[in-house]
Amino acid sequence: MGAEGIPAKISSERRRLWRTFLRNRAAVVGLVLAILVTILSVAAPLFTSHDPLAQDARSRLQPPDQTHLLGRDTFGRDLFARVLFAGRISLLVGVCSVLLGGVIGSTLGLVAGYTGGKIENVIMRFVDTMMAFPSLLLGLLVLAVLGPGLFKMILAIGLMLSPAFARVMHGSALSLKKREFVEGARSVGAGPARIVALHILPNVMGEVVVLGSLWTASAIRIEANLSFIGLGVSPPTPTWGNMIRDGTPHLLNAPFLSVFPGLAILVAVLAFNLLGDGLRDVLDPHLREY
Amino acid sequence: MLKYVAQRLILSIPVFLGVATIVFLVVRVIPGDPAVASLGDYASKEAVDALRQRMGLNESLPVQYVRFLGSLVQGDLGKSMITGSSIRDEIMHALPYTLELTVLAIIIGTLLGIPVGVYTAIRRNRMADYIGRILSLTGLSVPAFYLGILLILLLAIQFRWLPAVGGGGMDDLKENVSHLILPALTLGLVMTASVARLSRSAMLNVLRQDYVRTARAKGLKERVVHLRHALRSALIPIVSVTGIWAVSLIGDSVTVEVVFARPGLGKMMVGAIMQRDYTALQSIMVVYTGFVVVINLMIDLIYGWVDPRIRH
Repeated sequence: MGAEGIPAKISSERRRLWRTFLRNRAAVVGLVLAILVTILSVAAPLFTSHDPLAQDARSRLQPPDQTHLLGRDTFGRDLFARVLFAGRISLLVGVCSVLLGGVIGSTLGLVAGYTGGKIENVIMRFVDTMMAFPSLLLGLLVLAVLGPGLFKMILAIGLMLSPAFARVMHGSALSLKKREFVEGARSVGAGPARIVALHILPNVMGEVVVLGSLWTASAIRIEANLSFIGLGVSPPTPTWGNMIRDGTPHLLNAPFLSVFPGLAILVAVLAFNLLGDGLRDVLDPHLREY
Repeated sequence: MLKYVAQRLILSIPVFLGVATIVFLVVRVIPGDPAVASLGDYASKEAVDALRQRMGLNESLPVQYVRFLGSLVQGDLGKSMITGSSIRDEIMHALPYTLELTVLAIIIGTLLGIPVGVYTAIRRNRMADYIGRILSLTGLSVPAFYLGILLILLLAIQFRWLPAVGGGGMDDLKENVSHLILPALTLGLVMTASVARLSRSAMLNVLRQDYVRTARAKGLKERVVHLRHALRSALIPIVSVTGIWAVSLIGDSVTVEVVFARPGLGKMMVGAIMQRDYTALQSIMVVYTGFVVVINLMIDLIYGWVDPRIRH
């Protein structure tokens, strides 16, 4: 077999997918927005010289002006700097919780789908029950018991998202395990762990990436909800949710306190939703939802 | 149909028990001691022990579980760990505010979402479709509590049309309704976005089918083809996703109640979380579970009505 021939083939396949992606205008907008949000928050110190935690009691609730682009909050802290730095928490929670939920959920789903029988029954009944409940309420309950904190937030949201991954992966494993290449692997003596890891997993990665992107959007939205309620990362660390929470008592005299962080949430969530939709069209047209 | 209804009713019991069990387990199995959490890290060992005793946490898990189920069956939701008052009374007081909010929001979301979805599917790739898609994607991305804040700024503060916060009481109908409109609109619009999006793709899926082409070929009016032939079968997936979004709306109702300071279940629950009142938290969650089970039951029944195949 020509060893050089294979990479060339893969790269041309990649290029084809990439071209399909670029043709989808909404997806490109999503990708650009997602990159923009990431750069703005990860490299926040490059875009603002203000300290997000520095207080200045004399200029509290000062409206936006030239030096403080988005105004100042109840402690006189620069709102623009806070919005940028808050993005770090949201993105971190979004990405990490999806990784966690994706790994747990996909493993459960693939194992259930491939092994079948009693194990499948137990796992999938559990998944169904979890999915019958609004994820936001479940996250609230878990966080209320765990207490606030960044790591606990990631854990709670990751656990909430895992049933959704499990359900989709279960379906994929069910249909893949009947295919010839899996039967072929089994007939030459490959064990279940090897088949799931080497033969089934590579075939569901497309779906995992699509789900991951869409659920990152949800995770950011859920994080905002939880920290709005006061269960997120503790102050003074800014998050978009807790900034809006601090702003709501001042809706009459300083609405910008709540409006700007909310816009940031909207842009970030929209970016990952658009990106996920676009990826779905590229990687798996069959996955289009009803 | 009657047999189908009875069957669904019986099937919803294990779902309720399952979810109630998850609530029970989360409060107990997750590391961390509710007694320590509610008294604070510096509480004396005696105080913690006394509270554990009072909460029944010293019993073994199965014993606690049987007690939990026993009091559920009797409709006993326990006493608040903070005030000592009956949680059931407090819930009964808060429940109407949450019920009227979620019911009206689901009505708004369905009555607005399905027609918008069907219309944009018919006008695919025209102006109305693009606008509808952009709006529904925005609606999918905006957190409900933020939309609530924007509506307060616009309709309550800028135009002064409606009151921004409070529940309006349960006795004065006019006050009650005027306080209900904004929060219900908030939740309803969020639901509209998702329902419209999914109705659109369900409808598009059906419009591609052969029997729709046959209907057109017969010379039927477009209107008849869309409404009588296409929509009827598109309704089946639409009903099921509407149900999913109605359930997720329950989660959003919590933050919306907080934004609008409505004295409902969500606000009561957030209060219980802040005061670390685990007994109240667990009971409120069980009531929410009831909500979810009832919505799922209703969806199943509507499902059976829309699609006769399911009944048999």
